[in-house]
Amino acid sequence: MTALRTEPAFADPDAAYAALVAAHRGATEVESAALNARLVLILSNHIGDIGVLREAIRLAQTAGGGRLGPRDAV
Amino acid sequence: MNEPNARKTVFQFGYRRCKDQDAPSPVRRPVVIVGAGPVGLTAAIDLAQRGIPAVILDDADRIGEGSRAICFSKRSLEIMGRLGLGDRLVEKGVTWKLGKVFLGEHQVYSFDLLPEAGHRMPAFINLQQYYLEGYLVDRAAELPAIDLRWRNRVAGVENHDGFVRLTIETPEGRYQLDADWCLACDGARSAVRDFLGLQFVGHTFEERFLIADVKMSAEYPTERWFWFDPPFHSGQSALLHRQPDNVWRIDLQLGPDADPEEEKKPERVLPRLKRMLGERQFELEWVSVYRFNCARLAKFVHGRVVFVGDSAHQVSPFGARGANSGIQDAENLVWKLALVLNGQAPESLIESYDLERGQAADENIGHSTRSTDFIAPRTNPERVLRNAVLELAPHAAFARRMVNSGRLSVASRYDTPLSSPDRETFAGSARLGLPVPDAPLADRNGKQHFLLETLSDQFELLYVKNGARPNVPDGIRLKVIGEDFLDPQGAFAERFDATPGAAYLLRPDHHLCARMRVYDGGRVREALARAKGLLT
Repeated sequence: MTALRTEPAFADPDAAYAALVAAHRGATEVESAALNARLVLILSNHIGDIGVLREAIRLAQTAGGGRLGPRDAV
Repeated sequence: MNEPNARKTVFQFGYRRCKDQDAPSPVRRPVVIVGAGPVGLTAAIDLAQRGIPAVILDDADRIGEGSRAICFSKRSLEIMGRLGLGDRLVEKGVTWKLGKVFLGEHQVYSFDLLPEAGHRMPAFINLQQYYLEGYLVDRAAELPAIDLRWRNRVAGVENHDGFVRLTIETPEGRYQLDADWCLACDGARSAVRDFLGLQFVGHTFEERFLIADVKMSAEYPTERWFWFDPPFHSGQSALLHRQPDNVWRIDLQLGPDADPEEEKKPERVLPRLKRMLGERQFELEWVSVYRFNCARLAKFVHGRVVFVGDSAHQVSPFGARGANSGIQDAENLVWKLALVLNGQAPESLIESYDLERGQAADENIGHSTRSTDFIAPRTNPERVLRNAVLELAPHAAFARRMVNSGRLSVASRYDTPLSSPDRETFAGSARLGLPVPDAPLADRNGKQHFLLETLSDQFELLYVKNGARPNVPDGIRLKVIGEDFLDPQGAFAERFDATPGAAYLLRPDHHLCARMRVYDGGRVREALARAKGLLT
């Protein structure tokens, strides 16, 4: 099973970050949340590996200060 | 489901005094079944066919109106076929296999539940639960080994060492009855479960749903149709199924704050239906408002009391995993119980019912929970994610596949110590722990049969002809493919990855428990002993 990559993967990481920022420009909070949800789904599917997805979720939860710990998915 | 409404009677039966009521001390019966619903009746018929007498107790004396469980799966129909009512059900029922999911007015997803030909039973039939129950009662009446006692209400249950003592209330007073085994088939609000003080642990969904049986002539195709946010019911979901007698089943999501008593009133229901059905004439036959639960007992076997069906586990209805899993529970239990009662297997074999059907219950609860959460997200963040899937669905195939309006019931595959692990590789759709796939066969006169209808309710060995017929151990029925039956379309060969000399051992419930490339009497004997729980 592939492990989650946390080393820089983009040739130009600043361009990637800028693309994400630009995507949200002009959006309200509600629109941004909806956009992020769609983007997460699109990119998750592109990765297509449940092990990588779970690791990514764990990293995202940890980096958020750990209040939202791992939950048993149904 | 929490809130059945008062129902009109569809089939009426009567109380009759039985001899056990006059006995000076409690009579002992091998099996007493509590509840004459689909699960209790299925268990009784299967027991009777295996020569085991069964008493069934039901606190009612009628089968009521209200379609309730309507979608009966291929596996359930195969089981019903073995019990002698498969054809009657398919004849009366409405056959379907296609489903469509709509977002607004546009279709986003469709599925075909049986894309492959060469199966006797269809993917699903729709049939009102009262018809299924009525036909089961008719079948039970043909079997003298079944003693069905109406208006016998269980008022107490005591688990003793080696038997269960039941106290039963009748219109003519109480009596006691002892059972070697008591099958609690008394549904989601099981009295037996309460009497034993057992916890039914799970989750109640807050969302309320309106369910209606509507009589009308309509030209919708015979498909399961599900809508997210249709124009006729904005922001909510709707489900439509055809049933027999021009009755249609409509489910409308109402939100968590709906008042059930208000929403059941015709002045609330009729406008909703008119918005959905337009100018069509229709008659409202039955309506109710429900919340759903997903819950289960930690263990299904408690001494000599065995929980079967909704008394053991409950699911939300998206996916038709309620009645269908109860029917599979009964099938899983009965062949084992028959072996135990006949002294051919140890009592510990009944533990495998808990293991196998516990797996199935967890899978059913998992699926129906996910479906219900997709239909009715529990929090705003969840709703955002759910809506993201729906928004992407018209644009991306992966999102269409994620749209979850229900994952329909399929046959259970058991990861079980009763199976003998494969020592060779087998391709095809037959898998250890699954019921064997059906396949079209021909007999020696060229007449067509289907594999599943040729199978008895005993252990069977399917052997692919390669020279002489093997001498199978006692207790196994032999069928030679290529001699007793032929495989003219090659479906058996494909589905079983069959090669000459291969052998497949089937349990009495038709689940595959062992297979081998070369028939080996020793391996078969061992596999048989393992499947009867004699090797633990």
